[in-house]
Amino acid sequence: MIWLTWRQFRAQAIVVAGALAVIAVALAVTGAHLAHLYDSSGVAACQARGDCGTVASTFMNEVKANLTDKSLYQASAVLLSVVPVLIGVFWGAPLITREIEAGTFRLAWNQSVTRTRWLAVKLGLIGLAAMATAGLLSLMIGWWASPVDHALALPQGRNGLGDINRFTPLLFGARGITPIGYAAFAFALGVTLGVFIRRTVPAMAATLAVFTAALVTMAFWVRPHLITPLRAVSPFSAAGLNQMTTGSAPGSPMTVTDSVHVPAGAWVLANQTITPAGHVFSGPAPQVCFTGTTQACTAYVGRLHLRQLVTYQPASRYWAFQGYETAIFLALALALAGACFWWVRRRRLA
Amino acid sequence: MTAVLESRGLGKRYRQRQALADCTLSVPAGHVVGLVGPNGAGKTTLLNLATGLLAPTTGTIEILGGVPAASPAQLARVGFVAQDAPTYAGLSVADHLRLGAHMNPGWDAAVARGRIDRLGLDYAQRAGKLSGGQRAQLALTLAIAKRPELLILDEPIASLDPLARREFLQSLMEFTAGGGVSVIMSSHLMADLERVCDYLIVLVASRVRLAGEVEDLLATHHLLTGPRRDPASWPAGWQIISVSHTDRQTTLLVRTASPIDDPAWAVEEVGLEDLALAYMSHAPDPAPGSAPALEVQR
Repeated sequence: MIWLTWRQFRAQAIVVAGALAVIAVALAVTGAHLAHLYDSSGVAACQARGDCGTVASTFMNEVKANLTDKSLYQASAVLLSVVPVLIGVFWGAPLITREIEAGTFRLAWNQSVTRTRWLAVKLGLIGLAAMATAGLLSLMIGWWASPVDHALALPQGRNGLGDINRFTPLLFGARGITPIGYAAFAFALGVTLGVFIRRTVPAMAATLAVFTAALVTMAFWVRPHLITPLRAVSPFSAAGLNQMTTGSAPGSPMTVTDSVHVPAGAWVLANQTITPAGHVFSGPAPQVCFTGTTQACTAYVGRLHLRQLVTYQPASRYWAFQGYETAIFLALALALAGACFWWVRRRRLA
Repeated sequence: MTAVLESRGLGKRYRQRQALADCTLSVPAGHVVGLVGPNGAGKTTLLNLATGLLAPTTGTIEILGGVPAASPAQLARVGFVAQDAPTYAGLSVADHLRLGAHMNPGWDAAVARGRIDRLGLDYAQRAGKLSGGQRAQLALTLAIAKRPELLILDEPIASLDPLARREFLQSLMEFTAGGGVSVIMSSHLMADLERVCDYLIVLVASRVRLAGEVEDLLATHHLLTGPRRDPASWPAGWQIISVSHTDRQTTLLVRTASPIDDPAWAVEEVGLEDLALAYMSHAPDPAPGSAPALEVQR
């Protein structure tokens, strides 16, 4: 059974291994340059010297100026995000539908190998290949991008690549061990949908849709609550006011936002301005903010005794989040595999 | 000796349709069994139940005394060529033999290679590029080389041209010539079955209409022609399979164990094809000896 699984998977395995080798070479070549840039920038030792702001900024500007580095950083994150879904669509969905459509399962199921074993070997070997592919890719890209990721985690390091840190959904799913969980889940999802839909192309489309929906649900509605977030309350500093919106006339709703004051690298879930009574501040906008100077308006806000409430996940929880998320998707993959075994025992095929 | 196929009250229901109902059979070992019936009668359903590809809705089925496909050992005892002889289009002939060798502990490589050589198949050829007859032969090779005690074939020859059909049946007869093996094959080509089968099962409208050794069936069925008479005067032991009348004459296909001694009847032996066709084209009798539900005016 192992032989047949390998024989059927061989061509795809060779293509993927070749692609991984090409990517490895490309990353090794450009990664050496990036690592050199990082070493000479002095970011690594900046905390001891206390000049992280300057050197991280300089380093990020250099990365930004180098078209190869900048585009590779973004492309590698995109690549790692699409690899799991590609695995689900091209390895998972056709794995059994192909056999159903061609009727070859009837040949395979009448050799001296039970169909449970047939399924176990298929799911096990190709599932492991899927996880290995995603894991290797994550390892290579993580190594390549580590200088940039490290600089990004510093307070002033964001300069140049926008307001992102490693909790940003796209980046979170493209680093560490989460790609392994995604790949296992996408593969099992593809196989399961294939088994129940029984036709390859609709199963591929369904895999794409369900996987994307699962990832979006996880990133925006589940992941923030996996661990109870921390809350930081600090006095509202009118001097640090970085955003103010008002309606068109005095008395209309008004919002003010202070710069966030949480440890570097934290994942900020919400930044609210609250009144002394504990409600979210919503105005009303005073006359002075329409007719007076900016200073007068700011001074008015300063007299309101507002406080800033930041809800966040500290950077130290990064690997806990990685672990939880990977475990959740691996558990989902196992549950889906269980559904496949249930189906194969029920013999609903012929 | 254990029956190769033993079923009791076997039935399979799909959502809307009863594909097989109340099928009770006991097929002794050592036969080449022909399974015939009109399209949709349940032949494929019965064979899929026998190979374990389907699970019964009601009743039980045992193959060689075991539950179909329950274990590797049970699977090893049964060879199966499914309808349209599925093979892996992307794998070569040699790959298929490797597949068989890897997946069957009892694999007989010499038999497999011998068959492929005799058939003149190219080992490097992909199965997808083989002709229908060659593909059927490849599938049969896989099923034979695992050295099964029972070979099940679902419409193996329906799509083949006459020459390929003859070669296929020859291969089949070589397989059975060794003895100790049984074959169950479905077909709607009676003429071909007549040449190889010594046991016949007729399925009509999802039910078993007839099952028995060909020799016995031919000995107990008679085609009678005689003057038209009141059916009440026919002997009680007669099972009337089909009846047709002209103004003065009656033609009957009768099943009876006792000899026909009434000189008023002209007795003819009946061929297997006519026998099966008579069962297939007439609705079942409510009870033996009573008048058939359908009479044909000629």
